Amino acid sequence: MSTATHKLLKGSTGDWEMVIGIEIHAQVTSNAKLFSGASTVFGGEPNSHVSLVDVAMPGMLPVINEECVRQAVRTGLGLNAKINLRSVFDRKNYFYPDLPQGYQISQYASPIVGEGEVVVDLDGGKTANIGIERLHLEQDPGKMLHDRSPSLSFIDFNRCGVALMEIVSKPDIRDAEQAKAYVSKLRSIMRYLGTCDGDMEKGSLRADVNVSVRKPGGPLGTRCEIKNMNSITFIGQAIEYEARRQIEILEDGGQIEQETRRFDPNKGETRSMRSKEEAHDYRYFPDPDLLPLEFDQAFVDELKAKLPELPDQKKMRFVADFGLSAYDASVLVAERESAMFYETVLDKLANRARDGKMAANWVINELFGRLNKEGRDITGSPVTAEQLAAIIDLIGEGTISGKIAKDLFEIVWQEGGDPRALVESRGMKQVTDLSAIEKVVDDIIAANPDKAAQVKDKPQSLGWFVGQVMKASGGKANPQSVNDLLKSKLGI
Amino acid sequence: MTDLTSLTLAEARKGLADKTFTSLELTDAHLDAIEAARVLNAFVMETPDQARSMARAADEKIAKGDVGPLAGIPLGIKDLFATKGVRTTACSKILGNFVPTYESTVTSQLWRDGAVMLGKLNNDEFAMGSANETSCFGPVGNPWRREGSNTTLVPGGSSGGSASAVAALLCMGATATDTGGSIRQPAAFTATVGIKPTYGRCSRWGIVAFASSLDQAGPIARSVRDAAMLLRSMAGHDPKDTTSVDIAVPDYEAAIGKSVKGMKIGIPKEYRLDGMPAEIEKLWSEGAAWLKAAGAELVEVSLPHTKYALPAYYIVAPAEASSNLARYDGVRYGLREQGRNIIELYENTRAEGFGAEVRRRVMIGTYVLSAGYYDAYYLRAQKVRTLIKKDFEDCFAKGVDAILTPATPSAAFGIGEKGGTDPVEMYLNDIFTVTVNMAGLPGIAVPAGKDRQGLPLGLQLIGRPFDEETLFSLGEVIEQAAGRFTPTRWW
Repeated sequence: MSTATHKLLKGSTGDWEMVIGIEIHAQVTSNAKLFSGASTVFGGEPNSHVSLVDVAMPGMLPVINEECVRQAVRTGLGLNAKINLRSVFDRKNYFYPDLPQGYQISQYASPIVGEGEVVVDLDGGKTANIGIERLHLEQDPGKMLHDRSPSLSFIDFNRCGVALMEIVSKPDIRDAEQAKAYVSKLRSIMRYLGTCDGDMEKGSLRADVNVSVRKPGGPLGTRCEIKNMNSITFIGQAIEYEARRQIEILEDGGQIEQETRRFDPNKGETRSMRSKEEAHDYRYFPDPDLLPLEFDQAFVDELKAKLPELPDQKKMRFVADFGLSAYDASVLVAERESAMFYETVLDKLANRARDGKMAANWVINELFGRLNKEGRDITGSPVTAEQLAAIIDLIGEGTISGKIAKDLFEIVWQEGGDPRALVESRGMKQVTDLSAIEKVVDDIIAANPDKAAQVKDKPQSLGWFVGQVMKASGGKANPQSVNDLLKSKLGI
Repeated sequence: MTDLTSLTLAEARKGLADKTFTSLELTDAHLDAIEAARVLNAFVMETPDQARSMARAADEKIAKGDVGPLAGIPLGIKDLFATKGVRTTACSKILGNFVPTYESTVTSQLWRDGAVMLGKLNNDEFAMGSANETSCFGPVGNPWRREGSNTTLVPGGSSGGSASAVAALLCMGATATDTGGSIRQPAAFTATVGIKPTYGRCSRWGIVAFASSLDQAGPIARSVRDAAMLLRSMAGHDPKDTTSVDIAVPDYEAAIGKSVKGMKIGIPKEYRLDGMPAEIEKLWSEGAAWLKAAGAELVEVSLPHTKYALPAYYIVAPAEASSNLARYDGVRYGLREQGRNIIELYENTRAEGFGAEVRRRVMIGTYVLSAGYYDAYYLRAQKVRTLIKKDFEDCFAKGVDAILTPATPSAAFGIGEKGGTDPVEMYLNDIFTVTVNMAGLPGIAVPAGKDRQGLPLGLQLIGRPFDEETLFSLGEVIEQAAGRFTPTRWW
């Protein structure tokens, strides 16, 4: 594994290294909440998806939702992590109006998933290995609404009790790029697995980022935790700001206070929320309403056998089977939908082995390029995988040239239609008929005797002749045939 | 018709089946008795209309020959059980006029089997107490008085209302709950039969929680047979309570009258306390002699960690309670005392809503779970708990079928007599009963005699997990030998 060098920050006293650990809260994809049968559907009228358990009515008891357990195990497997066959639910006690029980059911000493590791993809095809400390299941609280009345706050419990996976990284992350890549990778893995929809705007995926700085290789510094980040871009900005803030304090001879901070995306800065002294004593203890969560290895094995192909495996397969570069492969697999699109293209191709790599180039350069330009995502692509495969088939079999294909792509993007039929109806077919091309070649050689004479000494000027012939044929001549013909006629 | 109230549940069942009287008559007789006994303060909510309508429905079913196991039997329900549409408060001000939209699993099973609800019974606030003196509705009177005295005594707690109502013949049986002795101690104080089944035998769903790992529902009844009949309906697996156990509920009544010949009864030496009243000692020996006479074999056993049980209990139970009671915060239901901000709202609500004993236990529990104290208190108490459990397992592994102990260290005492300055004085009431909760075992208290002041005393039998049947068999032997005890009506 090629370990990436990470970014150091320059200070007045020299270089500083960032040490970053991330806790991700990922909402588990499931129909019902972690300990009640209430629906997890997003939106809906406030307090319309609430059970007696969710609002902690007297005498109500939690019952574990097995689907959430399966999802946590799947995610653990996706993170190459140790699955704990026995784990314990604990109560994290604190008072807040959005927390009806007065405690959050979480896992403290014995989480469902233990140590693991993920490989994150960095610029230039480099990678970094980031350790996973643990993954545990816990309940989401409700949501306070402060904007409905000048004097009162309201609470929406729809979200209360929804299952979250808290995924804690080891402090292995060394700069903002790695941090962003790590969150992207986890998001990608969970989306492949179908265990979290990864929708950060809706709050399905949030991150708490712990940042400290130190002299490279030196002892760990005091960390600050930046809470509740719901954008990968903000995570990068917050880390940069926070690390520089800490360096400034340290270089001025100050000390870092361990505290919880909040990132203000408008000002691009972090601000103190509460200090260590104000931190809660959560009085964790095993929840006596729930038995320890136990399952056997067969349960894990069965889930493992049914796991979908994950981004890393897919990437390796693309590289091995179609000769894609590691970078191209990682671009294709980063989003599950992109990978699915590419694979559908592959499925439809007449000759996958021959054109698989070309298909990757088309998806990445033409399709993604065009989508980005219009701010669309792959699921809203006007060109379907079937249409793109047809275009690539046409190139691969020599019916159209790459240049014509771009025009064809544009027509399909704008107007739709069957690419093969369009090539026919609009006369876009490549000319491979030698006699037709020969006439053009002869005319051009005859019209440019000086250049024809020079080409023997300067074979690289052959390209000029190819260009002239292609131009004269309206791009429809087969470039290989043109090349061959020119060579024989010019005697090189 | 008032003598209908003096029937046992088994006798009433026969009378109803034979159509000697109707459930409505039986229910009315009890409603009259309740009205006449308000001075006992056993009921905190009477539901006569609901009782009569349930009785009529039972009579219709009986007329059609559709006789459920408890068809037409009027019962009282401890106010810890959520009853749909009927105020449920756990006898705490903090729940105010809370009316559940749901029915506890245990009570719903009683109604399924045809029982009739007379009303809700008094208990210590959130079941925290051993004298039923911490209820926000005031103390409950014990139908028993010392001979020649008109001092009102406590019925024990926390199921004081249940015990008092059953002893005073206000209901044919009652639901109760037991976290550290709250069924068995009041049963012993009132000459009623109370069984705390094995942890997991009854669903806790819909019962206001005190200490989740210890709480267990059970009946208080007029006889061992009646207790067996009630438990059969109350018990059973409930998917809504994952700590309830999926084991078939046996016909407990079939255990009544079964021979106890050859059974090995353990007499734990650690339960012989210094300064234990001679009459308790005598009662215990008498009980052992009765069992021996019935063919059981007596063996001395050792439960070496017994002395740590009470202190460990008073760490574990308050710890769980401090967390369980966090939900009473004035935000969603029950009492709300406004404040200038949310912290003040919490503080005002909880200060106003919780009584002194509940506040004390919430504070103890919060303390023992706090950072820096957790290992020294909570964790250590859990280790003690494991050792206590092992004590019993070792004992049962040696072939012991049940263990005989006194139920309480004394008979009932006067209201306000104990625990006024030192709460531990009150906590010591549970000395013989808490071990059973800590180990999750079944325990039954059976009336066995009277002290020199004429107050009832009980014996406790502790059984193997899920072997309530043996307790019923043995309990009935004691009941037969000791006879029945009925208080002289003074109310």
